[in-house]
Amino acid sequence: MSTALADIHEVPAESRVNYLNAAYGIKSWLLTVDHKRIGLLYLASITLMFFVGGTAAVLMRMNLIEPQGALLEPETYNKMFSTHGIIMVFFFLVPSIPATLGNFLIPIMIGARDVAFPKLNLMSWYLFITGSTFALYAVLTGGVDTGWTFYTPYSSTYAHTNVIAAALGVFIAGFSSILTGLNFVVTIHKMRAPGMTWFRLPLFIWAMYATSVIFVLGTPVIAVTLLLLGVERLLHVGIFDPAIGGDPLLFQHLFWFYSHPAVYIMILPGMGVISELITAFTRKKIFGYTFVAFSSMGIAVISFVVWGHHMFVTGQSVYAGLVFSVLSFLVAIPSAIKVFNWTATLYRGSISYQAPMLYALGFMGLFTMGGLTGLFLASLAVDVHLNGTYFIVAHFHYIMVGGAVMAYLGGIHYWWPKITGRLYPDLWARFAALVIFVGFNLTFFPQFMLGYLGMPRRYAIYPAEFQVLNVMSSAGASILGVGYLIPLVYLIWSVRYGPPAGPNPWGAKGLEWETPSPPPTENFEVPPVVTEDAYNYPTREVARG
Amino acid sequence: MADTVAHAHSAHPPGFAHQFEDIEQQREASTLGMWVFLVTEILFFGGMFASYTIYRSLHLPAFETGSRLLEVKFGAINTAVLICSSLTMVLAIRAAQVGKGKAQIAFYLILTMILGATFLGLKLRFEWYHDYIEHIVPGFGFEYRPEWGSLAPQVQMFMCFYFFMTGLHALHMVAGIGVLSVLTIMAARNRFSAEYYAPLDISGLYWHFVDIVWIFLFPLLYLIGGRYAIGGGH
Repeated sequence: MSTALADIHEVPAESRVNYLNAAYGIKSWLLTVDHKRIGLLYLASITLMFFVGGTAAVLMRMNLIEPQGALLEPETYNKMFSTHGIIMVFFFLVPSIPATLGNFLIPIMIGARDVAFPKLNLMSWYLFITGSTFALYAVLTGGVDTGWTFYTPYSSTYAHTNVIAAALGVFIAGFSSILTGLNFVVTIHKMRAPGMTWFRLPLFIWAMYATSVIFVLGTPVIAVTLLLLGVERLLHVGIFDPAIGGDPLLFQHLFWFYSHPAVYIMILPGMGVISELITAFTRKKIFGYTFVAFSSMGIAVISFVVWGHHMFVTGQSVYAGLVFSVLSFLVAIPSAIKVFNWTATLYRGSISYQAPMLYALGFMGLFTMGGLTGLFLASLAVDVHLNGTYFIVAHFHYIMVGGAVMAYLGGIHYWWPKITGRLYPDLWARFAALVIFVGFNLTFFPQFMLGYLGMPRRYAIYPAEFQVLNVMSSAGASILGVGYLIPLVYLIWSVRYGPPAGPNPWGAKGLEWETPSPPPTENFEVPPVVTEDAYNYPTREVARG
Repeated sequence: MADTVAHAHSAHPPGFAHQFEDIEQQREASTLGMWVFLVTEILFFGGMFASYTIYRSLHLPAFETGSRLLEVKFGAINTAVLICSSLTMVLAIRAAQVGKGKAQIAFYLILTMILGATFLGLKLRFEWYHDYIEHIVPGFGFEYRPEWGSLAPQVQMFMCFYFFMTGLHALHMVAGIGVLSVLTIMAARNRFSAEYYAPLDISGLYWHFVDIVWIFLFPLLYLIGGRYAIGGGH
């Protein structure tokens, strides 16, 4: 496609002007409007937040080694799970793939020079940083103990912790999400290169589009909800206040109207990454492109009508519960379409098991388990038994860690050579992927059992008969923690010492592989014109009969 | 198709940003961007409108009592003021579109700002300040009145909604006036022409949106409070 490809191979990476060496100095980063640099700014900030949230998780798992609590006061434990939830959900998972890989890749994948509104993009990062600062301030000056859900009236009236600072942080970071989503929607609509029709878009772009729609429609609702909560806490009167006829259940409705779709904000981009990885490492066109594309949109739409399944046991009417239960089952359809299509893509593919592919395969298995256990929880009667137990914790960690984080790491490994222009040691990367897979399952599978046996979540202590499973979980968490540290080491190492990657180290299709690594500031030396479908890998000659 | 790449960027019109192919793409992108932003605003206010609707159905008599505390006269005057400001906003855009000079554009923009400020001034002086004197601002010395009887707590709930909703609307007005003052400076510097007036256009969308929010708030808070209920059948 691109005529510039021939000389890319001959010119060494260092001697070309790219987005990394185009300008130096702190100012060239903090005032950049280049979507690629902004993606890296996000990468650095969310990595920091990931390790803050991870530290809280480590302390929790250490405490749960002993039935009576090995380490923390119950109050401190409450602050730890709240910190873990708030940081990981709002400051790591929600921005993870969209703000890093999405920012870096969307313009390149659609053949544009930048996002539609580059300055707004930079402003989004500053909003994220401001929100993170408030959240970290809340954690460092005494913590917050409401859980990541901020349920009223505890959060509005009774909690004596830094609720306002934490909620303000989430509120501000929310505007970062809104503006990022807005930017992506407009970019995907208006900035596509000539010939890049909607049905030639990489599936990552479809997934990011669906995610952006949720950003735009969902986030404002949690913003106004947290605003109302903050005002109520400040003035000691407000619309969730039971003393003047307020209904705390209203808070839950408003909260989950955003926060359930937010689950899909976390998983949809992951699904987009997996579609890219599976095709690249099977050397095949994706099976059922249109189905995979529309299933992303389907998930986005359905995500807005299932929020009531978080309130089956908190006072919502039984009839509402019935409707929400049925609707929740519907999510399984587009999700299953994706998993089946990925699996069908593997069939007769030339599969290579490089590190990104290991993450992709891990994602498929773990997401399937997370999704199927979600169906348990969508059933009213089963949910009454399992709600508020470790079964829930295990379920959503299979989606968010087994799904979203695996996809995030897979994506980072897949596009790292593009981002940095360097290769990382593949053997270490494969090793880390396996460590993470093993550690993850050892951490969270026992939690399914604990939950089914009735151990409630969010407690610092537990009956002695649960100790064996809890120790297994904590042991798994330590393996998982090591697994997350290994990539941090070799990826940073590779930036300096890794061998040059060349424009297309995986031999993959897609516009991002047709420009040098790292790409020039304008993304393409010659603006691309698209003449073929996505994933147009040569069909393998297969002897039939 | 493969060789018809148009990337000659010579003679850019003013206000053209580097990431776009041409000024038309830029105009389309900024218009779509503003519409998407307005969608987020609808959801933002929507959370409160939904809550209001639920509580109104739960506490109808108290909400009607609360509504009667509001000054319909000033609400109505302000509605008229805002509708006029939407007109002057459109006239400003129209002036740019048909290539009128900077004086006319700036004139209409300043008129729009004056009308916006009038709205805020009336609201602040004759409604909110008045409410504060009468102790019906929740969180700032709200006092239950004997005539409300057992409805008093929910009357306070109504006033919570009143101040949240009109307060957020007023904040949006303030932001709008800020945008208008930037536009006025741009107009004075002759930045707008019949070819380039997208900033006016999309700011107009925002201004109308804020007006429309008020068009919903006015009847919801002031008018359907049973004040003019026919037959009085409550």
